[in-house]
Amino acid sequence: MDYVSSLILIAISTALINNMVFHWFVGNCPFIGVSRRVDMAFGMGAAVTFVVSLAAALSWVCTYFILAPGAPLTNWIWHKISPQSTAIVDLSILNYIVYIFLIAAAVQLVEMYLRKFVPSLYKAFGVYLPLITTNCVILFVCLEIMKHVSGASGPVFWDLGKALTYAAFAGIGFMLAIVIMAGIREDLDHCDVPVPLRGAAITMIIAGILALAFMGFTGMDKNLAGLLKQ
Amino acid sequence: MANGLPSTLKRFTNGILPENPVFRQILGICPTLAVTNSMDAAMTMVVAVAFVLICSNIVTSLIRNLLKPHLRILVFTLTIAAFVTIADRLLAAYVYEMSKKLGPYVPLIIVNCIIIARCEVCASRQRVVASVADALGQTVGFGLALAAIASVREILGFGTWFGLPVMPSIWPSWVIMILPPGAFLTLGLLMGGANWIGRAWRARAAAPRPAGA
Repeated sequence: MDYVSSLILIAISTALINNMVFHWFVGNCPFIGVSRRVDMAFGMGAAVTFVVSLAAALSWVCTYFILAPGAPLTNWIWHKISPQSTAIVDLSILNYIVYIFLIAAAVQLVEMYLRKFVPSLYKAFGVYLPLITTNCVILFVCLEIMKHVSGASGPVFWDLGKALTYAAFAGIGFMLAIVIMAGIREDLDHCDVPVPLRGAAITMIIAGILALAFMGFTGMDKNLAGLLKQ
Repeated sequence: MANGLPSTLKRFTNGILPENPVFRQILGICPTLAVTNSMDAAMTMVVAVAFVLICSNIVTSLIRNLLKPHLRILVFTLTIAAFVTIADRLLAAYVYEMSKKLGPYVPLIIVNCIIIARCEVCASRQRVVASVADALGQTVGFGLALAAIASVREILGFGTWFGLPVMPSIWPSWVIMILPPGAFLTLGLLMGGANWIGRAWRARAAAPRPAGA
């Protein structure tokens, strides 16, 4: 029960309270670039959610078994090589390079899989897939997971289930933000926006107002935690 | 370099205004919004981005003849990731407090579109000197944009600039400017302002005798 309620808390606080776009500012490039039409925004959001979950699972496994200080697999290999050494192997300097490689590989895999086996889905969001490699949401989620897996002090430890919940709801929060924005921008086409503000500028201003609205969720996690405890 | 690509000087000046990464190309918005609630954080970010941008432009330019087209983005990203790791460790070693403050936004330089775009547009096609000039120009443009946003946000939000008080002590700090909404609003309004000035300049250049001048 404790575990389930902590999952619910992670989900709510990731998707709503600390929304990727409105609180952490990550994923702004597609948020501005691909939010002209609701269906396109939905496709982008779905693609990001899918890839971020896959990349999060891969990076959790890599961090836990290979990269974190004192990770089991690396240490086992190290002690096979030099049995009398007592050093703890720490490969966390390679974190960023490994993550970016994993993300690129995950995107490539998803693209090839979809093209071969689900062509209809590939047509729907195939064009967004290459863009996702450089989407900050994915790297940001990997970095958060790294913090919770390898940080001995500070953040609490996340197992694979919590990491996956975090990743999936980060993607859903991103999808929520980009779909809301696309809905507003579709209506904005009928409005008389001052000429210098057209395009990205008015989008940023609307995002500011939406961020104000999302700030209303602040503190919800505390109440929810109290409710779940009862 | 007689293949129609911009010259070294042009590459440098382009980055400052005509192709300003933040206001004109709308790239690298994520760090622009995230670290601009104080000037010192913004300037640290600019230095980190400058280091990574210049180093990765040099490396990309040196290996540009070896690149395979379908693997080039991966090579760019891995190069950038290596330099970002160096920058991140340096920041953590020498300015630990600032490195804590910038948090995940230093590693996020890896996926900063400015750097990948410059590798793709300039460094993978031109010689080292032009690439360095291009990196410097983009850095200056990025720095100016961040300085503008951070000045507005810090002065209105804290009443300080680089931590020094500039507003009268009765100034009610606009907390909203420090929080995320302030970042979006400031960037949107400044972008609108930049567009407005750009249009005014172009109109003046087009009309031989502007009305009222």
